[in-house]
Amino acid sequence: MSLSNFLYLSAILFTLGIFGIFLNRRNMIIILMSIELILLSVNINFVAFSHYMGDVTGQVFTFFVLAVAAAEAAIGLAILVAFFRNRSTIDVEEIDTLKG
Amino acid sequence: MPVQMPDINLVAMLPEIVLSLLGLVLMLMSAQGDENRGGRISMLAMIGLVVAALITVGGKDATGFGSHFINDAFARSMKLLMYLSTGLVLFMSADYMKKHRIDGGEYQVLTLMALLGGMLMASAGDFLMLYLGLELMSLSIYVLAAIQRDELRSNEAGLKYFVLGSMASGFLLYGISLIYGLTGTTAYSGVAAALDPAHGGHMGTALILGVVMVMAGMSFKIAAAPFHMWAPDVYEGAPTSVTAFMAVLPKVAAFAGIFRVLLIAFPSLHSQWIPLVQLLAVFSMGVGAFAAIAQTNIKRMLAYSSIGHVGYILLGLAANSAAGLQSVVTYLAIYIFTSVGAFAIILLLNAGGIGDETEDYKGLAHKRPLLAFLMALFMFSMAGIPPLAGFIAKLYIFLAALQAGMLGIAIVGVLFSAVGAFYYLRIVKFMYFDAAKETETFGMAVGVPMRAILTVTGVIILVWGVFPESLLKWTATSVKAFAM
Repeated sequence: MSLSNFLYLSAILFTLGIFGIFLNRRNMIIILMSIELILLSVNINFVAFSHYMGDVTGQVFTFFVLAVAAAEAAIGLAILVAFFRNRSTIDVEEIDTLKG
Repeated sequence: MPVQMPDINLVAMLPEIVLSLLGLVLMLMSAQGDENRGGRISMLAMIGLVVAALITVGGKDATGFGSHFINDAFARSMKLLMYLSTGLVLFMSADYMKKHRIDGGEYQVLTLMALLGGMLMASAGDFLMLYLGLELMSLSIYVLAAIQRDELRSNEAGLKYFVLGSMASGFLLYGISLIYGLTGTTAYSGVAAALDPAHGGHMGTALILGVVMVMAGMSFKIAAAPFHMWAPDVYEGAPTSVTAFMAVLPKVAAFAGIFRVLLIAFPSLHSQWIPLVQLLAVFSMGVGAFAAIAQTNIKRMLAYSSIGHVGYILLGLAANSAAGLQSVVTYLAIYIFTSVGAFAIILLLNAGGIGDETEDYKGLAHKRPLLAFLMALFMFSMAGIPPLAGFIAKLYIFLAALQAGMLGIAIVGVLFSAVGAFYYLRIVKFMYFDAAKETETFGMAVGVPMRAILTVTGVIILVWGVFPESLLKWTATSVKAFAM
């Protein structure tokens, strides 16, 4: 496997994640999944570069990104739960109290 | 095989250590105790800020942790601005927090954690530190925006900020991963050495893509157009004291981060990033000037106004000169005081039951002339009208832009500034020339903290407007760290 294969994979996952945020009009959970997808695609990039350059910095970076991603998911879900209690829906189109 | 000792320099990051320990202790304190624990926690947080500020002032230039952490004059100045913004906002929001029952202590702890993240960004010497500082700051502010759990608007502000902020972090990370892959390191100095034209230099479009994505991620955090979509909604929905905090701390921190990335990691790519920063500056100034006109909510209006201010600050950055950098730090210092002052008045009127609509300010001058005068002062300063500090801030930005040969953009900036003056002056018109509603008495009491904040911000805006020398001297020494 060459390095570019991994880079293509990560670029495809990253793009899927971005489109998942913008094209999805249904469910907030899918947006949270898309955010995870973006972060994981970056991790593939880091690990692939790290492996092909024989440099560990990228792998260390990946561990930090994983830890931050866990905290991020926890906070996102917590805010979503608070929102659901008041609004009784997690439909993206229903998040419209603030215009804009 | 010799064991390499890790390069640990705890003295260099003493203020960060003090604040992080304090944050943990306060978190434990907030978990139990009586109704009044919020006041105690705020007091301790404030004392911690003063201690950290004293340590910072007495700090020496040092690097530690394998150049991940840099303590230089620039980092110290930016940290002082951050203590100032955090301290002023904490000090003035005590009554507001109590009224909205968010003074249990979590609020203060999250504020300190956001500050800590900002400080790490200002001292980062490596993309890893930049990312971790940025996330610590952003995650704390997502929660702060949503801290009124039973208030739908606050939830929604937090949710929107979270989704768009996480996506921006994703962009930043993807950019960092490309830069890492092409240069083989994440340290700013290492990246700069790898890109140095003398050693084979410039590495094509993938690298430019990396720089653009890093800039996009950072622009989101400072709410520069076209990455500003979240700002008006989040400013409007978040509790007002959090909005005041969001308007100052992340801006200072993210600008400190951008400075280091562009000037230390990518100095050899300046012909690529300068047009990018110019573009962001023009867009931000334009959005700030035109979109704010249509706003009827004062928090939304100030959101667009802050987008405009970010545009002017970026203009100073685009000058890429010592004068430009100095003008940026000057602008940030003045912006903090103006913004905190304006939000102090909004908080004060909120406490008196007056809403966030600009129409609600009608007739303020007849009932509370001093408050109206101060609000007018802050609005004039934001509009950049002499002899107030806001004029000095804009003047030095435009001077730096002219010295750098950006005549066209400077003219556009001045024109946008004139357009922007319209909506600031409209608030003044409402306060002075319109009659209040019959029932409106503006009868709120002004507490001692509020008096102190309004006096300090008002006096500073007047004094710096007439005698800016002390400020300019301080900003000149703070940017010396970047030899230009």
